[in-house]
Amino acid sequence: MSEVILEVRDLVKHFPIRQGVLFKRVIGQIKAVDGVSLDLHKGETLGIVGESGCGKSTLAKLLMNLEKPTSGEVRYQGRDVLRLNPADQRRLRRNIQLVMQDPYTSLNPRMTVGDIVGEPFDIHPDVAPKRDRRRKVQELLDVVGLNPEHINRYPHQFSGGQRQRIGIARALALKPEVIVCDEPVSALDVSIQAQVMNLLDQLQNEFNLSYIFIAHDLSVVRHIADRVGVMYLGKMVEVGTDDDIYVRPTHPYTQALLSAVPVPDPTVRQHKAVIRLEGDVPSPANPPSGCRFRTRCWKAQEICATEPPLLQIRPTSGHPSACHFAQEKDVVHAG
Amino acid sequence: MSDIKVKTAPVLGVDGRSAGHLLEIENLHVEFRTRDGVAKVINGVSYHVDAGETLAVLGESGSGKSVTAQTIMGILDTPPGFVTNGSIRFRGKDLLTMGKDERRLVRGEGIAMVFQDALSALNPVFTVGFQIAELFRKRRGMSRADGYKRATELLDLVKIPAAKTRLKDYPHQFSGGMRQRVMIAMALALDPEVLIADEPTTALDVTVQAQIMDLLAEIRRDRNMGMILITHDLGVVADVADRIAVMYAGRIVEQADVHALYGKPCHPYTLALLDSLPRLDLKGQELNTIKGLPPNLLRIPSGCAFHPRCRMARDICSTQRPALLELGGVRSSACHFAEELYGRE
Repeated sequence: MSEVILEVRDLVKHFPIRQGVLFKRVIGQIKAVDGVSLDLHKGETLGIVGESGCGKSTLAKLLMNLEKPTSGEVRYQGRDVLRLNPADQRRLRRNIQLVMQDPYTSLNPRMTVGDIVGEPFDIHPDVAPKRDRRRKVQELLDVVGLNPEHINRYPHQFSGGQRQRIGIARALALKPEVIVCDEPVSALDVSIQAQVMNLLDQLQNEFNLSYIFIAHDLSVVRHIADRVGVMYLGKMVEVGTDDDIYVRPTHPYTQALLSAVPVPDPTVRQHKAVIRLEGDVPSPANPPSGCRFRTRCWKAQEICATEPPLLQIRPTSGHPSACHFAQEKDVVHAG
Repeated sequence: MSDIKVKTAPVLGVDGRSAGHLLEIENLHVEFRTRDGVAKVINGVSYHVDAGETLAVLGESGSGKSVTAQTIMGILDTPPGFVTNGSIRFRGKDLLTMGKDERRLVRGEGIAMVFQDALSALNPVFTVGFQIAELFRKRRGMSRADGYKRATELLDLVKIPAAKTRLKDYPHQFSGGMRQRVMIAMALALDPEVLIADEPTTALDVTVQAQIMDLLAEIRRDRNMGMILITHDLGVVADVADRIAVMYAGRIVEQADVHALYGKPCHPYTLALLDSLPRLDLKGQELNTIKGLPPNLLRIPSGCAFHPRCRMARDICSTQRPALLELGGVRSSACHFAEELYGRE
């Protein structure tokens, strides 16, 4: 595999819960991200899947340095991003950019497309001299498949898919090496999703980008990702290549998640293993002891309540899985 | 809660004549009169649902699938929305020509609806128990205590744990999945014959979505209800639907039995939609896309509304609007080349 470009070690983010009017006491911690480690290689796409509240968006913010972690490290090309002086940090952050989920709220309605896509150049003026900027912005619009003549239009004059392209153009402006995509297609209609995914794919080949692709839609992640990490309640529970996760999942949560995904083929109705989880995801303010999934798990035993399982390769799992009873199970036999 | 209706077909209307289907929408036209012009949101939609079956209405945003449901329920905002033509017959009686009071009786008892966003559909200042019991007090003349008793039974039915104590909770104290269960309980309260579920699981996580879809299927089966499931999710449809109606720009472009539709789509839009899904065997390859954008309803393209995005489009498509052509059985497709598509291997 190619070199590691982004390294995350034991990243933790706890949000304090406060109560009271004047003297706000801290009465607890929301453990949004609780000890996540991952490696991103150059040119690869790492998919992160999980349900709402599992901490995947907080993880994106931490990687972008939009939130300060409680502890842990994010190393970009070997340097700890969080402990650099502000000037270095600013220069380094150029290389990691974000594409946000909602193309309706992530673009300022009072700015023209040209201003939105060109704003990164205002913040990092040494990237493009002023007189070149308009031309550069038009080039970027062309790259993402928008008409460069629309540079003076406002976001509301574009459709959802086109707005997402504007967001992608903005992320590309500073020629980053890593792009964190936080649910980039989930707000789009099916017929538009495919267009945006193709664009992301094509940009990756063209600019040798590395993606961290966060989504809740497992089929979308499978299509685009080289490796996949599954998150549950702030922890990574299973990591592997796409086949490891989709064909040979060993963590019960991954299996349940796969079994819950509706397959767009009525003939598999009968052939699907049905694993139905009970109840909802517990509150991250008060996660279960030991393994966090044990309250909804059909395999749970005493050890699960006392000992948190480590994310590691096990005799019964060829790829890292955080379950004491990891066991391969093919859930979806379609194809 | 135990009275299970026996499937009877054909349904008899009030006057004793055969009334065809339980709920039948025919040639419905709805337009929105806005400042920018008239948006033709629904342009001649016809579909029906019978007791015990699930009809899925599939379409992207702006296809008119939700507006059709709102029109059936009589909750279309007027203005800007106006019904300009068509009929909606429930047990043979046209809801659109009915008096207000009569129509109110159908709502909840005849046809009930589950909305997408339970948090905004429930009243935040009343407890869940109060809101469910209110139905029984207003419509069944029950006492407050009896109303609460029935509300407990309903929450039990939709599998909300500790139903009795949760009656005193407010909507915000429920999780997304539990809130959706409360909505389903309310819709079932007056024992409707048709349940319209408008994107009931779109806001939910997949594991919770699976629970809710199972619950809806179970209730539909037990009570022999007709269900109209409105969704954009091709996966959910494949899992639960008996029949599917695909909508595009306010028209039904294809209708078929679920296996037939996925097995051999006979409209280029359905075909392209299924084609654009990420598939196992196409990993790493470019996904097929549908070029262009869904049409602006203020300016629907001439002829077939899909022709600017269609791979099969020929001259005739931009001039002549294709009729919904029957292809045998419950199958129909609104394409000039429907028979060609139907005849292919």
